[in-house]
Amino acid sequence: MEPRTFTVAFAPHVHDGSSATRIMWTVFLTLLPAAAVSVYAFGLDALRVLALTTALSVGMEALALVMMKRDPRACLDGSAALTGFLLGLTLPAGISNGILVVGAFVAIIVAKQVFGGLGHNPFNPALTSRVFLLIAFPKQLTTWPVPRGLQDIQEFMGLAVTRTNDAVTSATPLAAIKEHAQRAMPNIQLNDLFFGVHTPGSIGEISALALLVGAAFLLYKRIITWHIPAATLLTVAVFGALTHLVNPARYADPFFHLFAGGLFIGAFFMATDFVTAPVWPMGKIIYGVGIGLLTMLIRLWGGYPEGISFAILLMNAVTPLLDRYTVPTPFGSRAAPKKTGGES
Amino acid sequence: MSKMRLFTDGFWRENPSMVLLLGMCPTLAVTTSAFNGLGMGMATLLVLLGSNIVISAIAGIIPKKVRIPSYIVVIATLVTMVDMFMAAYSPDLHSALGLFIPLIVVNCIILGRAEAFASRNRILPSILDALGMGLGFTLTLFVLGGVREILGNGTITIFEYKDFILRFLVFSPDAVSPILVMILAPGAFITLGFFIALKNYIDNARSA
Repeated sequence: MEPRTFTVAFAPHVHDGSSATRIMWTVFLTLLPAAAVSVYAFGLDALRVLALTTALSVGMEALALVMMKRDPRACLDGSAALTGFLLGLTLPAGISNGILVVGAFVAIIVAKQVFGGLGHNPFNPALTSRVFLLIAFPKQLTTWPVPRGLQDIQEFMGLAVTRTNDAVTSATPLAAIKEHAQRAMPNIQLNDLFFGVHTPGSIGEISALALLVGAAFLLYKRIITWHIPAATLLTVAVFGALTHLVNPARYADPFFHLFAGGLFIGAFFMATDFVTAPVWPMGKIIYGVGIGLLTMLIRLWGGYPEGISFAILLMNAVTPLLDRYTVPTPFGSRAAPKKTGGES
Repeated sequence: MSKMRLFTDGFWRENPSMVLLLGMCPTLAVTTSAFNGLGMGMATLLVLLGSNIVISAIAGIIPKKVRIPSYIVVIATLVTMVDMFMAAYSPDLHSALGLFIPLIVVNCIILGRAEAFASRNRILPSILDALGMGLGFTLTLFVLGGVREILGNGTITIFEYKDFILRFLVFSPDAVSPILVMILAPGAFITLGFFIALKNYIDNARSA
């Protein structure tokens, strides 16, 4: 009979079987509604981009692990797949395959493995790669195909005749507002932004509803906490409301700013990345407010129509500082204030 | 240390850009094309050669307390000469390198070699040191500029003087879009980082 062995270990002793891998795949699942909407909207191109970025990122991870003489099976831990999937969601459908290879390389090798792999990267790899691609290929990264509904899939299955002279690309709502606020504003329907099947944009950002469904599940599972998204969204709403009140003709209303662009995917899925976000509640709130503020500054007065990726990366840089200065004081660690005798 | 070793150290073992990490400012700023890197490297090489010779010759008569200002005066004189020479003979390169020519004065490679080597050695070893360091620097900048130019613009410019231009098209920008960021500042940092990683990788593989 085997001798019974006991392991001596620190708390916690009760464990629900959660692991980094399981969390990664859960986040992956919660992104599927948004991915499904974009496949409906952009057709097989969206599917191609998502599949390629995911597969290429896992491949790059395996390559890096082999080069560093680590166990290459670690590339299947879900983190590389999630990074690739998130990267794909931030890109326009219809982007060329070569750019996806560069993107996966930058995300996994430059932004993650060079710093020591999972848990050591100071900046969100998917966003680092997206910003790199935006500066590297400015034209391709701002060419947004118009969603065509089921047309693509019907053509693919031979159910519809290919239309040739449709408008194929168009500006995103944020770009249109930046270009000419007065002309663009009346044309933008809030429910279009919310359901997202008619607005151009990156693969993952078009449908606020689908993202909210995924985010709700993450919050329910307590994989993310409310602090960062709530702080970000509130800051954007307040900032948007203030500027709209000052000059309604020039600045769009706060609801537009909430539902347009990548704010939802950024606030719920990118800013809450465990590795690059602060740990403590107070730090998370400051971080979220910073993201919201920077996003609005870039959107309203910056050079780019959308600023969420830049905002999150900039706040990533502040994360170590926030972690150091916002440590909560544990209850009982400080002596109770001494009672001064009598009235003075 | 053998004379040959003095010369060859700068190319690999003590390469100023990849090992000593000196002179980062021109290394990162002007290597937007292979020829710009070459030009910057040659200008630095000339100044380094001159300053190493002069400083090793006069080191004995400079009081220790004012040696750094004295070195700077020597270096600044040489830089001004190179600056004017380049403005006269190759105005295109001069305008491409711009501010970074006068900035050779504060290039750490030159002051570093003056302080660490030329002031303590005789003239001949100082010349070999200047040539090795200068050529190593030039070679690194040339390759760095070449890689960045290929990735960021799809071309490689080997030589450019008035109408005589030696530029090759590596790939057509219509077929493959170049990675614009590589000829911007972030591209310089990323490329140099990969250069250093590659060098360390080769060194490790060799010693293992």
